[in-house]
Amino acid sequence: MSTPTPAAARPLAIDQASRSGGLRAFGLWLGVALLLVVLPFVIRTPVAVPIMSQMGIAIVFALSFNMLLGQGGMLSFGHAVYFGVGGFIAAHALNLAAARGVYLPVPLVPLAGGLGGLVFAMIFGAFSTIRSGTVFAMISLGVGELMAASSLIFDRFFGGEEGITTNRAKAPLLFGLTFTKDREVYYLIAFWVVVTAAAMYAFSRTPIGRIANAVRDNPERAEFVGYSPRWVRYVSFCAAGLFAGIAGGLFAVNYEILTAENMGLNASGAVLLMTYIGGIGYFLGPIMGAVVFTFLQSMLSDYTGIWLLYLGILFLATVLFVPAGLAGLLMLHAPAWRAGRLPRLIGPYLLVAVFGVVAAVGVVGAFEMTHFLASAESTRATKRLFGVAVAPRTAAPWLAFIALTAVGALGLRWAAPRATAALAEANRPGPSR
Amino acid sequence: MMRALELQDVHKAFGPTPIIRGVSLTIEAGTRQALIGPNGAGKSTLFNLITGKYPVSSGHIRLKGAEVTGRRPNEINRLGLSRSFQVTNIFPQLSVFENVRCSVLWALGYRYSFWHRVNRARDVQERTETVLEQLNLMARRHVPAGVLSYAEQRALEIGITIAGGADVILLDEPTSGMSRSETEHVVQLIREVTAGKTLLMVEHDMGVVFDLADRIAVLVYGEIIAHDTPERIRANAAVQEAYLGVPQGAV
Repeated sequence: MSTPTPAAARPLAIDQASRSGGLRAFGLWLGVALLLVVLPFVIRTPVAVPIMSQMGIAIVFALSFNMLLGQGGMLSFGHAVYFGVGGFIAAHALNLAAARGVYLPVPLVPLAGGLGGLVFAMIFGAFSTIRSGTVFAMISLGVGELMAASSLIFDRFFGGEEGITTNRAKAPLLFGLTFTKDREVYYLIAFWVVVTAAAMYAFSRTPIGRIANAVRDNPERAEFVGYSPRWVRYVSFCAAGLFAGIAGGLFAVNYEILTAENMGLNASGAVLLMTYIGGIGYFLGPIMGAVVFTFLQSMLSDYTGIWLLYLGILFLATVLFVPAGLAGLLMLHAPAWRAGRLPRLIGPYLLVAVFGVVAAVGVVGAFEMTHFLASAESTRATKRLFGVAVAPRTAAPWLAFIALTAVGALGLRWAAPRATAALAEANRPGPSR
Repeated sequence: MMRALELQDVHKAFGPTPIIRGVSLTIEAGTRQALIGPNGAGKSTLFNLITGKYPVSSGHIRLKGAEVTGRRPNEINRLGLSRSFQVTNIFPQLSVFENVRCSVLWALGYRYSFWHRVNRARDVQERTETVLEQLNLMARRHVPAGVLSYAEQRALEIGITIAGGADVILLDEPTSGMSRSETEHVVQLIREVTAGKTLLMVEHDMGVVFDLADRIAVLVYGEIIAHDTPERIRANAAVQEAYLGVPQGAV
């Protein structure tokens, strides 16, 4: 590598590389689009399509959040404001369209949401982005509270406690497309997911997108190479608001209702959790996080009333043990994968998985029994857990779950370092030993 | 001769404490000059005033004839002044290539563009690679800057400073903490990358100062006590007193 390429040959090589890279990137986006098209035909359970729609909205929202956190180093506790405002404006736009006040077909409604998100980001961003770090985080919290208070004051716009409802079936048609079935809405969301994800990816490859990373790393230095850190943050902030607004618009089209909750602190917290769980250092991270988070959210809530607790534990575990998130965890294996050494990891990983499941069963059992005893269900004597009837008022199940937790934890302490060492060995450069 | 940099009765106080106490200094274009002085004399503060990091308490600073007093660092940089830092100040998570590229983007007119694709900008690519070759960091281009060795980071620091093509370069202790051979390397690098430009550098290594500088300014307790050719500075009694004979001993 140390021998320099002849100067004359280099520009050509770069050109070819970037051109084939562009083609590959185009192929990748096309592949993603195709996958999204066939997914409803592959996964045939009736709940799949609404959940995939929900995932799509979460993906756009989480990607826009990561424009702030991952790429710009701005930790926002109020990003749902732009999602919610976009959603409300999209809902009002849809109602206006339904009343034939304007010609706005359903597929373009998310753009109205995007515009709303952008305008509000331009206003709030003007003072939010003066500083990054703690100051930014505090202001984002303040703006979130401000909007929550406004939702009670501006009743006509936010619809008070009931929120704003709309009806996409009444809007004018574009190319005769109707959006009455779940699957039709899914395709509309999938279309916007691909378009916005491609746009956000492209943004990260522009001069301002690259400089956003530089400002995240070292605002002072960026200032001394000609950039105003504040302006760079502002542009990122506005772009993030735009895409959050589009996500909110998709939400309005999908659910046909918006309440103040959609722009509240909980919604802002959820997007932070999913983005972080997915991994803020990679473009793929928020996508993975949104898919996993939404899946767990909709699956777990069917089985247990304390699903939020489990998501919280997942978040804590991510922060403590895998700060790079799911995408980071995946990328850790890239060298081993290239060297063809992934099969060697199966054994150590299987051990970790077994002990992990044992510990999880123990912890979940203990939590569920506690929840059972503390809630109104407790008039009954037994509860079904993991397919068995257990009696939370006797000592035996408690002892069993505590024992499982202990065995799992001890096993993990033994197995986890071995798995880490195996990974390090598999990632080691050079020929395999 | 054109004046690259002109300081006129510049004062700076932090609270009641005066740090810079009336500095007037003219740096002619195309010269390499050194700013020396004992610790705490205010050398880095003076750099921070010139580059806009701190506002002056009073006085005027002109860059190539243009008043820059009170301007932001990014505005001053766009007028053609660039600086390095005493403590390495790079983008640790970005690759070495991206570190240099950040400094190239504004200068080549890409500014806050979100309609260009940065990998397709051939002029950016070429300028960045030229600088990396000068720095001898071509082989390390894909490595995150944070994992470079100290000497490599110092070289990168200089690279970021000069990549934008500024014609007035301020280097703050470019050789601090380096071994003899590393220092020689950096001196050679500085000579190369500042050819035809104006250089003002703070430096403690008198070997480097007398090797590189056409003129030397001596700052003691916030005042310039001498500004002259290396030979005359060496013979200057006031400088010798301030330095307790260090310049003579070191050379």
